[in-house]
Amino acid sequence: MSAAIGSPAVGPAATAEHLVRAVNVTKSFGTNEVLKGVDLTVDPGEVVCLLGPSGSGKTTFLRLINQMESLTGGRIWVGGELVGVEERDGRLHTRPDKDIARQRSRVGMVFQRFNLFPHMTALENVMEAPVQVKRLPRAAVRQEAERLLDMVGLAERARYYPSQLSGGQQQRVAIARALAMKPELMLFDEPTSALDPELVGEVLAVMRTLAEEGTTMIVVTHEMSFARGVADRVVFMDAGVVVEEGHPDQVLLAPREERTRTFLQRVKADAEADAQREAELARTLSETATP
Amino acid sequence: MTTTAPAPAAVAEERPGLIDARPVRHPWRWLAIAVIAVLVAMLVNLLIGNPAFHWSFVLQAMNQSPVIEGFWKGTILVTVLAMVLGVALGVLLAVMRLSDNPVLRGVSWVYTWFFRAIPRYVLLTIMGALGILFQQGIALGVPFDWVIIRALGLSGDWRFATFDANTVFVGLTGGVIGLAASEAAYMAEIARAGILSVDKGQMEAAQALGMSRSRAMRRVVLPQAMRVIVPPTGNETIAMLKDTSLLLAIPVGTELFFQLQAIGTRTYETFPVLVAATLYYLIASSVLMVGQAYLERRFGRGFGTQVSSDADKAAKGLAAGSAK
Repeated sequence: MSAAIGSPAVGPAATAEHLVRAVNVTKSFGTNEVLKGVDLTVDPGEVVCLLGPSGSGKTTFLRLINQMESLTGGRIWVGGELVGVEERDGRLHTRPDKDIARQRSRVGMVFQRFNLFPHMTALENVMEAPVQVKRLPRAAVRQEAERLLDMVGLAERARYYPSQLSGGQQQRVAIARALAMKPELMLFDEPTSALDPELVGEVLAVMRTLAEEGTTMIVVTHEMSFARGVADRVVFMDAGVVVEEGHPDQVLLAPREERTRTFLQRVKADAEADAQREAELARTLSETATP
Repeated sequence: MTTTAPAPAAVAEERPGLIDARPVRHPWRWLAIAVIAVLVAMLVNLLIGNPAFHWSFVLQAMNQSPVIEGFWKGTILVTVLAMVLGVALGVLLAVMRLSDNPVLRGVSWVYTWFFRAIPRYVLLTIMGALGILFQQGIALGVPFDWVIIRALGLSGDWRFATFDANTVFVGLTGGVIGLAASEAAYMAEIARAGILSVDKGQMEAAQALGMSRSRAMRRVVLPQAMRVIVPPTGNETIAMLKDTSLLLAIPVGTELFFQLQAIGTRTYETFPVLVAATLYYLIASSVLMVGQAYLERRFGRGFGTQVSSDADKAAKGLAAGSAK
């Protein structure tokens, strides 16, 4: 990509009011082009849900914001700062690792598979980054970590190891761990996809609280009701591009694009099929059970 | 579940109670016990009855001060130092092997290739002979200083300190260096397997929190890798304990087996000194096994099966209290 640096359309000055600004973002893994020119802005305090079929590139896009992958083309600014590269003497330079670590420390990330540190207790997980990265005094960090665990409803589980917690509890600890760095932005990568159905609610409840407190969030999710109830804006992606974005009611109830409609219908059909399968299964079981 | 319900009156009598079954019989077990009992009796008879054991001499030999000194310095100290250096260098080599830098990867591979190929006995013999290579001693200074000095038309040298190669490579120091160098090659493979056993998501999660690669490696990946690294390292330590008897190749005299054999040759009591050596090695490796068990518990924290630290106990207590 050879987007002109410093041209008014993409210059840093234009990003002042946006917390995240992505322009023409492309990403290829080998010959496989996963993102084909994604534009997206997120303002402070906004909650944006990324929806789309698997393979649409939404998780990859999220990972690019936090530099878990590096961009192939386009630019992403977070807090007015170019991500991964910097502009000097009229050309781009890859940022040194230290700089990338600093940029990452300002963005919290919650993973599908929690990724808690299994050799540390819940409390130690939450304390780790503020102590090791920010070098804050232990006592203060501990107090703050206890407050965060209390906020996610796990105060009495502080001394448990992740293996002693349920999936929903682990994910709530992971959220507390990310919040401990006081990030300007929270990224959620399918936070409830690896959970048993009855544990999804407790994680979504914590996320809802965060949204109400004004946390800026980008959430990749398949939870339609969460998107409708909490998101300020919904972005529908398919095959590496943004197909449609807008208010959740508009996108989810009155989609303008055919592809969005097809996707939503399939999600609905899948849910109905699931329900039907369950009902059938229950019927068969009860039939075989009665002699 | 779906059986037709019997008449209510019969229920009370027909419900099965406690199980009082006869155990399965194990006649072969009894036969095995009999055979082993006979063998043990024969062994005891041999140990007590055969005068070649000369037990009083065994204890005497074990108590000789050169033997004790050889045990502490040549066996224990060398084992500890060689393992500490070997593990440190091995972990460093493993991290290099897994780094993004192709030069570091190559260096690590060549090191492992070289030192794994050489038998320890040969390596230690080479250590003892290295003095031949460095007859003017080993100097700390500017590399190729004589070339630069000649090119600039100057005289003298740029060496700041010179060591006598025969004191560096000979004796216990040489033994520690040689054994550690060899151990590092094996430890590198063990540590690499340990690091690779840690889920990729751990490094990602640590970096997402703003940790540098090296800090994430130290704080997050390596402590988890230790769970996989410790058990084979315990085996390596016990193997090292035994390999200290190879120090003879350098040659080093301050070593357990050498000292005991010397007593054996001097007194013609060949067999008792071998028994004495066996006892020493048995005792030392038993102590190491206890240490290994402790380390395995320490690094197994958070992985379910074992519970040791206070935090675990507290957690268990809580878990029991608020029954999950």
